[in-house]
Amino acid sequence: MLEVVFFSLIVLAGTGGELCVSRAMKQIGEVHDFRPTALIQVLVRALQVKWMWIGIGLMTLGFFSLLAILSFENVSFVVPVTALGYVAGALGGRFFLGERVNWRRWAGILLVCVGVTLVVIGKS
Amino acid sequence: MRESRFTRGQAATKLPKMTSHKRLHSKTYLLILVMIIAGPLGNLMLGKGMKNVGKITTEISSPSEFVHVFVRILSTGAIWMGIASLLTFFVAYMLVLSWADYSYVQPASAMAYLVVALLATLLLGEVVSPLRWAGIAVICLGVFVVGRTNPRTTENP
Repeated sequence: MLEVVFFSLIVLAGTGGELCVSRAMKQIGEVHDFRPTALIQVLVRALQVKWMWIGIGLMTLGFFSLLAILSFENVSFVVPVTALGYVAGALGGRFFLGERVNWRRWAGILLVCVGVTLVVIGKS
Repeated sequence: MRESRFTRGQAATKLPKMTSHKRLHSKTYLLILVMIIAGPLGNLMLGKGMKNVGKITTEISSPSEFVHVFVRILSTGAIWMGIASLLTFFVAYMLVLSWADYSYVQPASAMAYLVVALLATLLLGEVVSPLRWAGIAVICLGVFVVGRTNPRTTENP
């Protein structure tokens, strides 16, 4: 039971956090100027967006869930869930950020999931 | 800088779609490239740095011991390079997300698995199993398919 909680936290908090960071950056708008001073200004502005902090908080939660589950499970048992993060990310992109995920992108994402799973199996 | 701004303005009147489309693609590719190199490199250097620090005993008995370990970690050069590399990764990630779809960037950044395997074989002399290479090939194929979709499908406000 505890595993299920931590697994869901890793996937949902980790991916959810990145989705929130993405939402914050969309609020900032497309960056055109890549000079160092301009980049610092972008970062400062990003830190004033509410979604940025929610994102950082969720990513931290996801990271500590990973550490927690690693304390009682093998890495090889844990890492395949990262593949699920890509599905969660696509769904979040579609419904939370309003992105248009067409069949081609879905096909690519599913290939990435299969590939990541093979990499994890191939490591152990 | 001025000149590029001028050409951008001019392009906007003459070839609005094509030019901005092309620029969007190339800066997206460039930043994803930075991400997939800086991320794994940062993790590698953090790992190396922590191995230099030596094994941290599971029970740190006193606060002074804790401070001691902490100071040792922070005085390791590789740790700082690792942190700098991971910061570069995160800034590139934030920047690319300011215009590109998350559902585009997230799968595309899975190319990092290829970089990790290359670093492992070339720098660390590790053997990467055929199954892992096969997985990496499937990832590359997936990223190629995702890469053929439009990086931005939403309108920026």
